[in-house]
Amino acid sequence: MARSVTSRGAGRRASGAGAPASAAEPVSDISLTREQRLDLYYWMRLTRSLEERLVNLYRQTKVVGGLFRSLGQEADAVGSAYALRQGDILSPLIRNLGSMLVKGATPVEILKQYMAKADSPTRGRELNIHFGDTERGFIGQISPLGDMVPVMAGVTLTFRMRGEDRVGMVYVGDGATSTGAFHEGINFAAVQRCPLVVIIESNGYAYSTPTSKQTLAKQLVDKALGYGIPGERADGNDVIATYEATKRAVDRARRGEGTSIIELVTYRRKGHAEHDNQSYVPAGEIERWERENDPITRYLSRLADEGVSDTEITAIDERVQREIDEATDIADASGVPEPLDALVGVYAEPPTAEPLWFREGRRAAVDVNERAAGWGTFDVPAKGDE
Amino acid sequence: MGEITYLEAIREALFEEMERDPNVFMIGEDIGAYGGAFKVTEGLLAKYGESRVIDSPISEIGIVGAAAGAAHMGMRPVVEMQFIDFIANAYDMLTNYVATARYRAFLPTPMVVRGPSGGYVRGGPFHSQNPEAGFIHTPGLKVVYPSTAEDAKGLMKSAIRDDDCVLFFEHKYLYRRIKAEMPAGDVTVPIGKARVAREGRDLSIITYAATVYKALEAAEQLEREDRLSVEVIDLRSLAPLDDDAIVATVKKTNRVLVVHEDTRTGGIAGEITARINETCFSWLDAPVLRVTAHDVPLPYAPSLEDFVLPQTADIVLAARRLAAY
Repeated sequence: MARSVTSRGAGRRASGAGAPASAAEPVSDISLTREQRLDLYYWMRLTRSLEERLVNLYRQTKVVGGLFRSLGQEADAVGSAYALRQGDILSPLIRNLGSMLVKGATPVEILKQYMAKADSPTRGRELNIHFGDTERGFIGQISPLGDMVPVMAGVTLTFRMRGEDRVGMVYVGDGATSTGAFHEGINFAAVQRCPLVVIIESNGYAYSTPTSKQTLAKQLVDKALGYGIPGERADGNDVIATYEATKRAVDRARRGEGTSIIELVTYRRKGHAEHDNQSYVPAGEIERWERENDPITRYLSRLADEGVSDTEITAIDERVQREIDEATDIADASGVPEPLDALVGVYAEPPTAEPLWFREGRRAAVDVNERAAGWGTFDVPAKGDE
Repeated sequence: MGEITYLEAIREALFEEMERDPNVFMIGEDIGAYGGAFKVTEGLLAKYGESRVIDSPISEIGIVGAAAGAAHMGMRPVVEMQFIDFIANAYDMLTNYVATARYRAFLPTPMVVRGPSGGYVRGGPFHSQNPEAGFIHTPGLKVVYPSTAEDAKGLMKSAIRDDDCVLFFEHKYLYRRIKAEMPAGDVTVPIGKARVAREGRDLSIITYAATVYKALEAAEQLEREDRLSVEVIDLRSLAPLDDDAIVATVKKTNRVLVVHEDTRTGGIAGEITARINETCFSWLDAPVLRVTAHDVPLPYAPSLEDFVLPQTADIVLAARRLAAY
């Protein structure tokens, strides 16, 4: 099957003198069952179709803010998150809807969040996929890039301090590797031998800035040398290669061998957000990736080679569609936040701020008597959601 | 010459200053080929090339620090924060390094850090902030925050020509909503001078940026419904503050309401109130009142954002209380 030139870097190690752990490491059991392989397809399809639904809602002005797509990057998000197990924690970035779904975020939560609904995971406080749930194993990002690397260093430091068998994963893009937070966070994690896997999604662009203007490093995985940690580069549009590379790093972390970098090479086919017309992209580049290196097309072809029938695929597609339809109905019917909810939960104590003097007489937020601790992400069970 | 927007006025100032002074250059994320997230710098790359319009990596500490170094060498860099919220990343560089450079090391640091600021746009907690208070508190930095297109242009010219670091806050709600015809020629607006946005006799509203328009709306309503004559002062510069303009309006109307979009605690309204108490307390007929945002991070949902931020109705209510005192 057709592959882009960039996928040739798959499996290449940042070996060399400074990468101690890349040699002689135990071989992990990274085989996937047939059911798991179909599972990967389900998550990728769900990611893409859910974003397509969001585009419709955006055009109907039901999405309040911007819309961020991961079209063409579904394999890197899904394949990497799939290498974790229950109890592990990841921190996604803006193209990692797929990772969050794998970790248990539901379509109805995503839709409500974009639509700023009262019962969205952040109760209308935050946008798009900026939310988390430590129980299910994901911690929401903030907009400043790289900030989640040191945070995840601390999360995984805690795993190590408590002697827990848990691993953390944090996603950054090529752009975030230029930030101070990335550098300080990964260096701290490395020195402390935190069980952390840093996924660098190398998708060609940070907003409009091509990776060539972000760094002179030939490949981002080379940064691992400077931190004295293992690094591996994989084809992010190959969900199995992504899974395998990530799994090796996850296994190392779980064995107590510290922090790794995994660079996943992929391509951002849509703009930074829905408003971005991608005028800065060379003509034909997007179309070439779509034609030659679509992660879902590639995976479907692989599954067909492995004997998966069209009927099985169609059944998954229909299930995805049904789940998204049901989630949309629920999200659409949901209400908008009560204004006074805005004052609740800045601190644990007091649980709510008082309205300022010019809003006197509107005390409802104080009267609901809910404490900030109860205002994290909560899961509203919805029919048809996994 | 037709009217241009607040955003175009800023862009015009950047073009004219780059043309006037070869030491002026731009640096920021996505400012060149893309023209900036809001297209403020659109066209600059085509005219002045990559050496003077630099697309940077995502490195706010790096670009603010590099601007400082270039400024020491006699350049006049203009740094864009893609959203002013990200200036927090450069806080160390600005407050510890840039703000102290002249005082401790006699190093001139003529640079501008500019960026889209403010809310009312459903931007959520990281694309809506008004972080001016932290910088106003830092000696060594100047802070301006214009509300009109003429002031945006004139203040940008002054900021670029200033021999110290100027933080230039641009209100993104005003970018394309506010228009004006520009005065002919090379006109600057002095830093540190407020503007009387509306003359009045009965009470004064002191404000800046987007809430200038809410104050003007409120003033019209109060004139119509209460026959109150409301003066509106647009500060334009927050550091240094125009004490003369503040004292003048206190002595004129004897009743003062300070309005800002920033949160209440530690916001500049407290500083203005304290200065009035110190300098012209005996001229007051009522305590100084504040209308500000609530002390919470700015939420995304329209119903929540509208509650947190000051609205015209709040200003009307506060002004009535002040008038009745």
